[in-house]
Amino acid sequence: MTELQVHDRVDTRSEERRAGQGSTQPERVTVIKPAPRWPHLDLVELWHFRELLGRLAWRDVAVRYKQTSIGVTWAILQPFLTMVVFTFIFGRFANFPSKNVPYPIFTYSALLPWTYFASAVALAGSSLVTNSGLVTKVYFPRVLLPLAGVSVPVVDFFLACFVLGALMIWYAVYPSPAVILAPLFLFMAFVAALGVSLFLSAANSRYRDVPYAIPFLLQIWLYLSGVVYAFTSLPERWQWVLSLNPMTAVINGFQWGVLGTEAPDPAKTMISVVATGVLFVVGLWFFRRSEPRFADTI
Amino acid sequence: MGAAIAVEGLSKRYRIGELHSAYGTLRDSLSTAARRAIHREQRSHYEEIWAVRNVTFDVVDGEVLGVIGRNGAGKSTLLKMLTRITTPTEGRATIRGRVGSLLEVGTGFHPELTGRQNVFLNGAVLGMKRREIVGKFDEIVEFAGVEQFIDTPVKRYSSGMSVRLAFAVAAHLEPDVLLVDEVLAVGDAEFQRRCLGRMEDLSESGRTLIFVSHQMQAVSQLCDRALWLDHGQVVGEGESAEVVARYLQAGFGSGSHREWPDLASAPGDDLVRLQSVRVVDERGQLIDTLDVRRSVGIEITFVVLRIGEAILPKIKVYDSRGDVAFNAMDTSARWHEPSSPGEHTTTAWIPGNLLNEGLTSVDVSVCSLGAPKLYPHAGCYDAVSFHTRDPGDGDSARGLFTGQWKGVVRPLLDWTTEVR
Repeated sequence: MTELQVHDRVDTRSEERRAGQGSTQPERVTVIKPAPRWPHLDLVELWHFRELLGRLAWRDVAVRYKQTSIGVTWAILQPFLTMVVFTFIFGRFANFPSKNVPYPIFTYSALLPWTYFASAVALAGSSLVTNSGLVTKVYFPRVLLPLAGVSVPVVDFFLACFVLGALMIWYAVYPSPAVILAPLFLFMAFVAALGVSLFLSAANSRYRDVPYAIPFLLQIWLYLSGVVYAFTSLPERWQWVLSLNPMTAVINGFQWGVLGTEAPDPAKTMISVVATGVLFVVGLWFFRRSEPRFADTI
Repeated sequence: MGAAIAVEGLSKRYRIGELHSAYGTLRDSLSTAARRAIHREQRSHYEEIWAVRNVTFDVVDGEVLGVIGRNGAGKSTLLKMLTRITTPTEGRATIRGRVGSLLEVGTGFHPELTGRQNVFLNGAVLGMKRREIVGKFDEIVEFAGVEQFIDTPVKRYSSGMSVRLAFAVAAHLEPDVLLVDEVLAVGDAEFQRRCLGRMEDLSESGRTLIFVSHQMQAVSQLCDRALWLDHGQVVGEGESAEVVARYLQAGFGSGSHREWPDLASAPGDDLVRLQSVRVVDERGQLIDTLDVRRSVGIEITFVVLRIGEAILPKIKVYDSRGDVAFNAMDTSARWHEPSSPGEHTTTAWIPGNLLNEGLTSVDVSVCSLGAPKLYPHAGCYDAVSFHTRDPGDGDSARGLFTGQWKGVVRPLLDWTTEVR
């Protein structure tokens, strides 16, 4: 037993709130009380559970690559084949505008952040229900589930980037210095996906329609995001309206950095940034508000 | 020694609708909202139940507390609040020290992952740090006895192996306070013995334990004190052997017979009143333990007071975890017309080789048909309960297998095999 007790005491930091600032007691105290009227996010607690977040994300990645016979190839194949189809239909046949770069590389560079966003929402949006066994049997901050869900497709994104590199060399398209901003735009996609998923996953715990609604939502969203056509070729006023969709700024910003296309309009980008913030805050608020009842309604 | 756990006035209220909204759809909610708007209906007053009501108790450091009570008495809800899986409606509880919980063995096991990967995943889910798991890894694997298969996906494990591995992980979680729900309900005798042994070890090393169980013997053996819950409230508290004895005396241990001698206070309305409910064997003898292979009758006696609506008897059967196993009602033509006044005795026969082992409890009611739901005239939740045992002679669904046998039901199927 002595050996075990050594391990038992390894973890000394409090996962729970201390029982008041002036407390002289060294132990942790968990206080259980009714859900507060105004939900807030306990960042200290989230930090404490970071290992579980890693484990949950890792589990999804491991399972996915284990279950599928061509594993990693999926991550590359999916955007690549979509690019081929889009190039034939929208590039050749419909002759959609493509910001003066070859259509395949134009649409592929838009598909990368888009595929990330779509997979993230699909996975994280149903994460509470797919993990209902955990939600009803063990405590941890529920936010971890959608958070892990939107983290998993990041792996696919990086894998698909290799194909982008190859395409760039093939078509001799080179990045602009703004490429250093690309991670920021991706972060924006991450936050937007998280906001949407927080909302959808919380709604899914009460309504079983959500998994049916998600593919439909994403299908419409794709056509409003400038993946198949150049956003900048739209009439000016529609550009303003569509800037409410964070993915337009993400895609424009990403293409600006990676393909050296025209810099996005700062004002429209700001609209998207604010929209992302609103999505995130509303999603989080709704999630935290529904959280006390997840285990009862799921 | 201070209180490791202090619970003050803890309560949990459910709306009946909430409990059943699991399969709610957006359309239902929208149509309800639309109906309300059109008909200016009041927000329908939800039927509310207090799953746990005003429960107060302390557990001192190093003490082992058993929580007993019938199915649906609020034991699991209490535990779910203490483990923070669900939030209380009222009241407060404080727990000093690191909390570990074991509500189900193998929570978070993923069949595609290997034993090794699952140990790390399950450990993290239960709140262990990576370093801790690494430090205890060999011990966990040895305890489970799965050394050779640790890099095999868990889907290829026998159920016994995966339960052993899951329990090994949980057993090596070393919290200051451990909350355990009915883990002894699963697994074979050997596994149950190990569970108990491990919990005894934990309590001997000064851990505080709360242990929820139907097994009175285990409660008296393992616990210092016991808390008896009924309808969400504490109805008994004290030295465990004494509380268990009172619980058994009150007829809850068997619970296979229920009678309401006074018609005026019996459950029911001006049409029907219940008189008695009994669990009987094929010869009509009262039983409290059932051989899994035999059929069992739920005998309901009720009095019809006047000629009114057409009524029919109905039962709702729960397994030992409190999940609904099935509903059944007599749909025969004799109930299509209003019943004549007088005493009626009707028996619902549950066939042999249907229920799984463990405690089964039964709600009975006398209802009339109405859309969208049955209207109960007289009913009693958890009216009777009985234990189902498998003698292990090899002619039941489990054959000669002695390990854990999951499922709400346990039918004995016909198998056909062709060899070409």
